[in-house]
Amino acid sequence: MNVMTVVERDVSETRSKMDARGVQVWYGDKHALKDVDVAILDRTVTAFIGPSGCGKSTFLRCLNRMNDTVASARVMGKMTMDGQDIYDPRVDPVQLRAKVGMVFQKPNPFPKSIYDNVAYGPKIHGLARTKAELDEIVETALKKAALWNEVKDRLAAPGTGLSGGQQQRLCIARAIATSPEVLLMDEPCSALDPIATAQVEELIDELRAHFTVVIVTHSMQQAARVSQRTAFFHLGNLVEYGETGQIFTNPRDPRTEAYITGRIG
Amino acid sequence: MTQDTATTPTGPRADQHPLLSGSTSLRRRKAREWRLKVYGVAAIGLSLATLFVMIFTILRDGSQAFYQARLTFPLVVDAAIVDKEGARDPAAMAKVTTVGYQRLLAQAFLAHIETSGVPLGDVTEKEAGEMISRDAAGRLRKQVLSDPAIVGQTITVNAYATGRIDGYLKGRVTRASAERDSLVTPAQLDLADRLLQAGILSLGFNSGFLTDPDASDLRPESAGLGVAIIGSVYMMVLVAIFTVPVGVAASIYLEEFAPKNWLTDLIEVNISNLAAVPSIVFGILGLSIFINFMGLPQSSSLVGALVISLMTLPTIIIATRAAIRAVPPSIRDAALGIGASKMQIVFHHVLPLAMPGIMTGTILGLASALGETAPLLLIGMVAFVTTYPSGPLDGGIMDPATALPVQVYSWASRSDPAFIERSSGAIIVLLAFLLVMNVAAILLRRRFERRW
Repeated sequence: MNVMTVVERDVSETRSKMDARGVQVWYGDKHALKDVDVAILDRTVTAFIGPSGCGKSTFLRCLNRMNDTVASARVMGKMTMDGQDIYDPRVDPVQLRAKVGMVFQKPNPFPKSIYDNVAYGPKIHGLARTKAELDEIVETALKKAALWNEVKDRLAAPGTGLSGGQQQRLCIARAIATSPEVLLMDEPCSALDPIATAQVEELIDELRAHFTVVIVTHSMQQAARVSQRTAFFHLGNLVEYGETGQIFTNPRDPRTEAYITGRIG
Repeated sequence: MTQDTATTPTGPRADQHPLLSGSTSLRRRKAREWRLKVYGVAAIGLSLATLFVMIFTILRDGSQAFYQARLTFPLVVDAAIVDKEGARDPAAMAKVTTVGYQRLLAQAFLAHIETSGVPLGDVTEKEAGEMISRDAAGRLRKQVLSDPAIVGQTITVNAYATGRIDGYLKGRVTRASAERDSLVTPAQLDLADRLLQAGILSLGFNSGFLTDPDASDLRPESAGLGVAIIGSVYMMVLVAIFTVPVGVAASIYLEEFAPKNWLTDLIEVNISNLAAVPSIVFGILGLSIFINFMGLPQSSSLVGALVISLMTLPTIIIATRAAIRAVPPSIRDAALGIGASKMQIVFHHVLPLAMPGIMTGTILGLASALGETAPLLLIGMVAFVTTYPSGPLDGGIMDPATALPVQVYSWASRSDPAFIERSSGAIIVLLAFLLVMNVAAILLRRRFERRW
């Protein structure tokens, strides 16, 4: 049943953007991630797949230190971005999150206007000195998120009034308005219909030109369609990590094979 | 071979019923449903009926407090009585007490009755003069002292009739009750009828009920809510000033910043407990801390506000925390994900979304505080206060005052039935205040409510 339309692979980048070495995560007594080593390549879409509760979202949330807000979470091991330790005590997570943007499972625009949604990040980070600059940032972000043409006439309308797919693209525009270097997406299409999903997937492929994209997905077809590299997580372990084509056509680990053929999960 | 395979092909099974007739168990279920509905309707009907009876009684008794019998007659401000020296010297004029003015009023009233051709009947001249409220002399004296130019001129006096005459016009006093009454005679009531026909006595709207200060048992007709309303307004404003910043700050800290450990759990439990502490306990606390220890003046709006603030604070904290908790976590995540700091998340996103809930909770908390009586009794706000507190900026919050619910209590405990009527009138005013606050809460909620 699984149709794996493996897109043309174009992994020209070999420079690692984010590096994880021996990452362990505990939620209280629960060992959620065990010894994960991943190198996320620059300007590449990396997909994390695996059954529910396998730790892929946990790992994603380590990359921008969202786990800091969970009181019981403990993160160990080394994580770097461009060679700099992101868990260094001198690193302010607020600063990190401006560089590592995040898009969530459910579209969550602020209950403000479309313009204010996108302008919020640049405003709090002081990226625009004048109104004109801010307008330009908003326009660029909305264009990159392929939403500009649909909303340019109603920027003052509330963001919550858009359709689900538009809301998710608005959230992507909001995330890229702060010009991050890495964009984390936690199942960005799980609340969307197939048409909106196709639009967002197309968008992800375009975003690869400017950003390093990490996407968590439950849909293996989606991983195959949008990503260049895929990591398979199972029970908190990183089982296999490699080029998407190789993972889906020629997995090395029997557990990966079992998962992508639908025997576990 | 199971029973199923044996019966299915051949018609309906034994435990199945035809669609049209229904089963006994279904009928029983329906009956149970119907009974539940009847209980619910009965409960709601009972509460509505009680509410209706309560409101009706209060309105019936209390509305009379807004009407007042008045005697209207011309009066020559006789210099021989109010200013014997004739120098118009305020200091010398101030020596004339209300007794002098009382005589002046009685004479003018009798003269007017005579010129109007109304027979006195069995009423003596002294008794006729006593139909004028004692309050009138004080008012006239004040009027003359503040404007000595009217001495020697003729002015129209619009004096209150005594509480008994007032009560007669409202049906509270009858000839039968006047027989046993030392303050009024049936003959006076007959005269009142004649005066009513002559247009000297009339029943009109009584704005003084809302503006006058309290009055003694001797002149219930002039007792008003002025001081109580000022006291209640001062207290509500002060309570809002004290509790809103503290309550909102505490809630934000507990919800957004505080670590979840045994200490915060303890604080949480204690806040809930404080909300359940009987209000009179707060009165004892206020008496011992604010009055005995800190030496703040008794009966002052400030102490009342402090005590009520202590009581209202837990309510406001609980409401505010609930409002903050109702803000969806996805909004916090969104702001966190684009690098907003904790402060920015709270002030840009959480508080604006929680605002309608916070304001509704606060106003409802203040509304329940407005009706609080017990703690105010203990800090002396049940006092008999006849002077208005000064303006809020002139230290008026330190002046003795009463509050609306306390006024209701103190009037209800007086012996003269005229005060019972005023007590109900005060309840109407209190309910009007509550209604205004609740409507404000609803409007604010509508105004600020946003979807997410």
